Amino acid sequence: MKEIIAIILTAALVNNYVLSQFLGICPFLGVSKKLDQATGMSIAVIFVMLLATAVTWPIQYYVLNPKGLGYMQTIVFILVIAALVQLVEIILKKYIPGLHKSLGVYLPLITTNCAVLGVCISNITAEYNFVQAMFNSFGSGLGFFLAMVLFSGVRGRMENNNCPACFKGLPITLIAAAILSCSFFGFAGVVDNIFG
Amino acid sequence: MTAIIIAVIVVTVIGIICAVVLSVASKVMYVPVDERVTQLSEVLPGANCGGCGFPGCDGYAAALVEDPDTPLTLCAAGGAACAQAMGRILGKEAGEMVEKRAFVQCMGDCSKTANKMEYVGIDSCKAAKVMFGGAGNCTFGCMGLGDCVAACPNGGVEIKDGVARINYTICNGCGGCAKVCPNGVISILPATIPVLVACSNKDKGPAARKKCTAACIGCGMCMRKCPQGAIKVENNIARVDYEKCDGCGTCASVCPAKCIL
Repeated sequence: MKEIIAIILTAALVNNYVLSQFLGICPFLGVSKKLDQATGMSIAVIFVMLLATAVTWPIQYYVLNPKGLGYMQTIVFILVIAALVQLVEIILKKYIPGLHKSLGVYLPLITTNCAVLGVCISNITAEYNFVQAMFNSFGSGLGFFLAMVLFSGVRGRMENNNCPACFKGLPITLIAAAILSCSFFGFAGVVDNIFG
Repeated sequence: MTAIIIAVIVVTVIGIICAVVLSVASKVMYVPVDERVTQLSEVLPGANCGGCGFPGCDGYAAALVEDPDTPLTLCAAGGAACAQAMGRILGKEAGEMVEKRAFVQCMGDCSKTANKMEYVGIDSCKAAKVMFGGAGNCTFGCMGLGDCVAACPNGGVEIKDGVARINYTICNGCGGCAKVCPNGVISILPATIPVLVACSNKDKGPAARKKCTAACIGCGMCMRKCPQGAIKVENNIARVDYEKCDGCGTCASVCPAKCIL
């Protein structure tokens, strides 16, 4: 139990995918303008991360490793995740149209999101077992959610401020993202000290 | 060599499995999309201004198909032509369409009114309104900080001499500017209205006059002279009833403050 909490906290705060590992920057900059969009996108990402881990972990251990094909990991994972997200979209559209309406826009965006691929690969490199891998991806998704929600708040405030014309738009957004990521470095060591 | 062949075979097999699952799923779980929705979306202007009250043009198209009672005339940007085209697709009568435009009910530019303080803060009318009702002497009029300029999806509003001015070659009456104006200075009215009371000040005559030389002082001259009885002075400001108004223009000529256009 202690170990699982440590995994979730590490994935969400210390190794935050967006702010410490710089994965998934595309949705982080693209969809963080409004809070509702940011939450919708993050929930879709959590959902897809869990699903992708549930599928890629068995593929790595029961298909690739026995054949000595560990080096094909990246390409196989991309293929499987892309197909999986499409399948999920089709299923949602048919059976849960309400959820499809709220998440549907974001699902295609996540198809080959590097944060999702990154979670799947880091689950393998960290040699987690299946349960640990699932909790790691859940924690990573939570971290993504946290970063998106925090940043959409920051961007909302920035819209009302005058900044020099040369910084308007993406430049000031990137600077804000850098400062936010600095603050997340404060978490380094926290988990080690708590669960030490 | 065999290692390469095994790798190719494994990846191909995984790919084929994914492809088969996806194509089967898309056939089995196919959801028919009403083709009228796509047709309607093509007819609509695609400006996504939200003037109809639905989330974007696609939202309006979906609502039209789902609920037959949705009026066809809600799209101000597309106008009558768009309403008729949509009527043809749905096999319904479009109904009478009144073209609307945005009208700024304030003439208090820099030569007519002054500021009571210097406002340094967030560059937005909404924010300035919180500070003692805005920087201007008149707390009912246009503050000229341009929330409406930012809200207009087509760039049809500009601030001239501190007052918002509508560019009528661009304005399509979507109402985006009227929604954001914290003083409600901008009204969406039929494009053909003959007269407009270009003031929003609800102060009593002398007080209004002191604040702005273009203010409606609520003297009631227009109300007395109007042959149709279409004007009423309420809350110290003239209001035109456009149902009764026949556009004679008497009110504009008798107005001592020249605030009826």
